Amino acid sequence: MIDFQYTRAADIADAVRQIAGDPAAKFIAGGTNLIDLMKENVERPSRLIDISRLPLREIEETPAGGLRIGALVPNSDLAHHPLVAERYPLLASAILAGASAQLRNMASTGGNLLQRTRCYYFYDTATPCNKRAPGSGCAARYGLNRMHAILGSSDACIATHPSDMCVALAALEAKVHVAGPGGERVIAFADFHRLPGDTPERDTNLRVDEIITAVELPARSFAAHYSYLKIRDRLSYAFALVAVAAALEFDRDAIKEVRLALGGVAHKPWRDVSVEAAMRGAPASRASFARAAEAMLRDARGFAHNAFKIELARRAIVRALTQAAAGTPQSQSVKKIR
Amino acid sequence: MAYIGTPTSRVDGTAKVTGTAKYAGDAAAPGLAYGAVVTSTIPKGRIAKIDAGAALRVAGVLDVLSHENRPRMARRTAAYKDDVAPEQGSPFRPLYDDKILFSGQPIALVLAEEWEIARFAATLVRVEYDVAPFVTDLHVERERAFAVEQPHKPRGDADNAHAAAAVRHEAEYFIPIEHHNPIELYASTVLWQGDGKLTVYDKTQGVQNVGNYLCAVFNLKPVELRVLSPFMGGGFGSGLRPQYQVTLAVLAARALERPVRLVLTRQQMYALCYRPATIERLVLGAERGGTLDSVGHEAIAVTSQYEDFARNDTGWSGQLYKSRHAKYVHRLARVDLPTPSDMRAPGATTGVYGLECAMDELAVALKLDPVELRLRCYSDRDQHEDIPYTSKKLRECYRQGAAVFGWDRRNREPRSMRDGSELVGWGMASGVWEALQMDTAVRIVLGANGHAEISCAFSDIGTGTYTIVAQVAADLLGLPLEAVTVQLGDSTLPQAPVEGGSWTAASVSHAIAKTADEIRKELWRLAKAMPNSPLAASRLDDIALADGRIIDKKDGGRGVPMADAMRHGRRDRLACESTNTVKEDTSHARNTHSAIFAEVKVDEELGVIRVTRVVSAVAAGRILNTKTARSQIMGGVVGGIGMALHEETLVDHTLGRMMNANIAEYHVPVNADVHDIEVIFVDEPDDLVNPLGIKGVGEIGIVGVAAAVANAVYHATGKRVRDLPITVDKLLR
Ligand SMILES: Cc1cc2nc3c(=O)[nH]c(=O)nc-3n(C[C@H](O)[C@H](O)[C@H](O)COP(=O)(O)OP(=O)(O)OC[C@H]3O[C@@H](n4cnc5c(N)ncnc54)[C@H](O)[C@@H]3O)c2cc1C
Ligand code: SF4
Repeated sequence: MIDFQYTRAADIADAVRQIAGDPAAKFIAGGTNLIDLMKENVERPSRLIDISRLPLREIEETPAGGLRIGALVPNSDLAHHPLVAERYPLLASAILAGASAQLRNMASTGGNLLQRTRCYYFYDTATPCNKRAPGSGCAARYGLNRMHAILGSSDACIATHPSDMCVALAALEAKVHVAGPGGERVIAFADFHRLPGDTPERDTNLRVDEIITAVELPARSFAAHYSYLKIRDRLSYAFALVAVAAALEFDRDAIKEVRLALGGVAHKPWRDVSVEAAMRGAPASRASFARAAEAMLRDARGFAHNAFKIELARRAIVRALTQAAAGTPQSQSVKKIR
Repeated sequence: MAYIGTPTSRVDGTAKVTGTAKYAGDAAAPGLAYGAVVTSTIPKGRIAKIDAGAALRVAGVLDVLSHENRPRMARRTAAYKDDVAPEQGSPFRPLYDDKILFSGQPIALVLAEEWEIARFAATLVRVEYDVAPFVTDLHVERERAFAVEQPHKPRGDADNAHAAAAVRHEAEYFIPIEHHNPIELYASTVLWQGDGKLTVYDKTQGVQNVGNYLCAVFNLKPVELRVLSPFMGGGFGSGLRPQYQVTLAVLAARALERPVRLVLTRQQMYALCYRPATIERLVLGAERGGTLDSVGHEAIAVTSQYEDFARNDTGWSGQLYKSRHAKYVHRLARVDLPTPSDMRAPGATTGVYGLECAMDELAVALKLDPVELRLRCYSDRDQHEDIPYTSKKLRECYRQGAAVFGWDRRNREPRSMRDGSELVGWGMASGVWEALQMDTAVRIVLGANGHAEISCAFSDIGTGTYTIVAQVAADLLGLPLEAVTVQLGDSTLPQAPVEGGSWTAASVSHAIAKTADEIRKELWRLAKAMPNSPLAASRLDDIALADGRIIDKKDGGRGVPMADAMRHGRRDRLACESTNTVKEDTSHARNTHSAIFAEVKVDEELGVIRVTRVVSAVAAGRILNTKTARSQIMGGVVGGIGMALHEETLVDHTLGRMMNANIAEYHVPVNADVHDIEVIFVDEPDDLVNPLGIKGVGEIGIVGVAAAVANAVYHATGKRVRDLPITVDKLLR
């Protein structure tokens, strides 16, 4: 941990002003990721700008029939909020599949979006890592890569994004509201996180002087047919090896609308709209689910320890879609897989 | 007896939950300085240069110690050999010289006025290395592994018997490096008194071991040093040897002439010690009827470049079951990692895992029920020495465990039992450990107010030693539990070995018994001397202490209150100290045993495993406290589930570094992974093992559990995963 300054943001404008004036500074919300990384000397902010007291804790209905979730709403409040639990159970379920109750109490909505990869090498400053130290190499590529990406990786980085909540937000086509020196803008969820490419040090398209103010959910909520299925190395409190957010709407027996997003497999929550398009109109059968799974993974590529994720993801997709279609979503408290 | 054998709650429970129990890192003193350790980033080579300039310039930094400027430490290897050090080799000496022996090795110690300053300054220490070639992979080094002497001698001709056997099973099982991960961080606080005397609060399982070690390393006289470890937040064997933070903390206190606190980080603890990665190779030969002919067991384990750490992995295989021929080899492969250490039932946890999986595979080959196979190979005599056991109720463990579990409803065919989308598997295994006892001394001070204080240097590592000491003393002194206070974990208290090997309960209880007997004699003498004493004609043999009285058992419980006897004798306190020495007796084998039954449910499509039920039936002599003993067994079962399904320290062999050195990425079971655990203590009266019939339960709970779970996974899925942990990817491959 390095020596750092601590200041508090008076309001959103002040937060933006402060960070614009000191690009080496960082916002701190729940601190559950940032503090860990500071203790490991991975994050070395000159200053922590505490935004945790800003008035961004509301969950409100939008005129468009959706929800606007303040960036500081704790993960646990969000998961248990009646409007979320009833109308967006996919989101509630994904949140409850992550971390522990204690962490979810601290973790904020904005912070969850910006949590960094759990790649072992990223956390250990004694090792090469392009994400932490650009140009130093990627130790995971030929090292321990069981938890790493099978989709969308680059020669520079094969890390995954660890969030569960974001997988559901990707499936629900949320929008991210941000504020910066030039005013506010809205980023579609699919454009928020990045693939590693040649710049794995950049996880997202948020600019350094911007603050997340809210996450907006559209009206479409898939409350009847959804499932969040997370496969991990123990039954709770571990990051996903593979996670699937599946959501369906039916027109009689045919699939009218479908959303499919994967976690634990790529540098961002993985969606493929062409796969979803191909599923529309198909029956909710094992065969069509298997076809979708095959298509989702068609460009997948494994490394020494993680190739199993390709088959695991295929099976998990079929299972999650089956659960969603049947209206029997995966429970996050009963660990038996439905 | 009012307390022995009852489910007595922990006498230190209130102190622990209210935070008044102080741990090594809690001790405070005015002028306390704080340390932060800088560790090596390479696994082997030399420190070419240490530049502490930037660190020293930070306001509040007091000093930066390294091999270049540290105060004097002993030069003789022998000075560093603690009670638990391997015989062969030369223990690691922190900050001794420029040599790097493992990644994560302490190479500098930053001392500052505040912990945060020390930690920050530690990031500024610049180190340059000359890197040497290294190896950390057991699988690469196994060909160069060398055999070490083991106590158990082969019998018969195992090779030929195996070649001639009607049914053979041969396989290798693998256990990766695993870490103890006690929740309390390793910490030492050294109080500097200015008179040359040091008081050291240390997280350790052996205060006298640490005391002797520090005296030797720093050339101190025993009176100049006191080591305390009153409470411990878990050890599991990681605190048997002095860990480097205590050496560094003392070094720092002497350098600064100030009190110093040094707490390691979780990450740094991974470079202290670990359960060695081990390959267990089992070769079993049997007759069709299900009797064993030959047992061959070879273990290949990692050790460091500087010490030969080996435990008994293989001997259990020749002891547990009847077989005419047996052969064992234990090999060590040197790698550039720290020396491994004891970790809960060292040797047995790993060796019996291999044996009990192999027995399961043999049962499959023989088309026999796995319990039936074990009964056919059952031995009432120790197979090594051909001697009887002081007691062995393993048969009863199988019977009661199987009954409670419902084993008779098991369909032997793999993949034959299911529950919806889940395959159901039932597996079992046996466990075995030693019933050990060590020389131990206890002091009892009995006050005329009817209050007794019991003291002994043993540490309570969280197992419940305070409580059983109070129970045994209360019963033997005839006092209520509340009238007994217990002092432990102080090197100035009567002699005790390290707290390990499951020997504490038997060792301390017999020392209490011996000392309490002296108190009884004293009280009898005082009682007899009283005017008109009702005990005037009594014989010592008939005298007992009960309900605060000295009574004649033969004479309808006639007696006098202890307080009266002491008052008449003008004694306000009686103090006795005695050492119970244990005589070597090789006429009988002394062991604890267990039978573990496990149920798993495995999602057929996704390979997700749930351990839904475990029944552990344990035969371990007299159980002093059924509540704390049950917790020990449950903890062992949870450790075994972790070993089977979750635990693995990941080493990047290209970097020679442990990469998941934190408890987010090193997985242990969480609540969701632990369902019903039923513990059965089988009645095992034993007056041969020792007078009180105590065998100890600290280790037996974990032995065999991983095998029972692995065998259940096989039964569920038909897939035999022999390399732990059994993770989703291995079931899918
Ligand atoms: C042991 C452990 C296990 C976990 N397991 C899981 C899991 O299984 N699944 C899962 O999804 N997550 C898991 N998590 C991660 C957890 O969800 C995140 O740490 C948490 O969501 C981060 O939120 P925070 O508010 O604490 O962020 P902080 O740590 O405060 O901040 C994280 C980052 O976001 C930035 N930031 C925060 N708020 C804003 C804002 N409004 N605008 C701009 N920047 C901002 C900070 O500057 C920082 O860079 C786990 C964490 C731990 C420690
Ligand atoms: S995968 Fe990415 S985060 Fe991990 S070592 Fe490579 S560059 Fe770093």
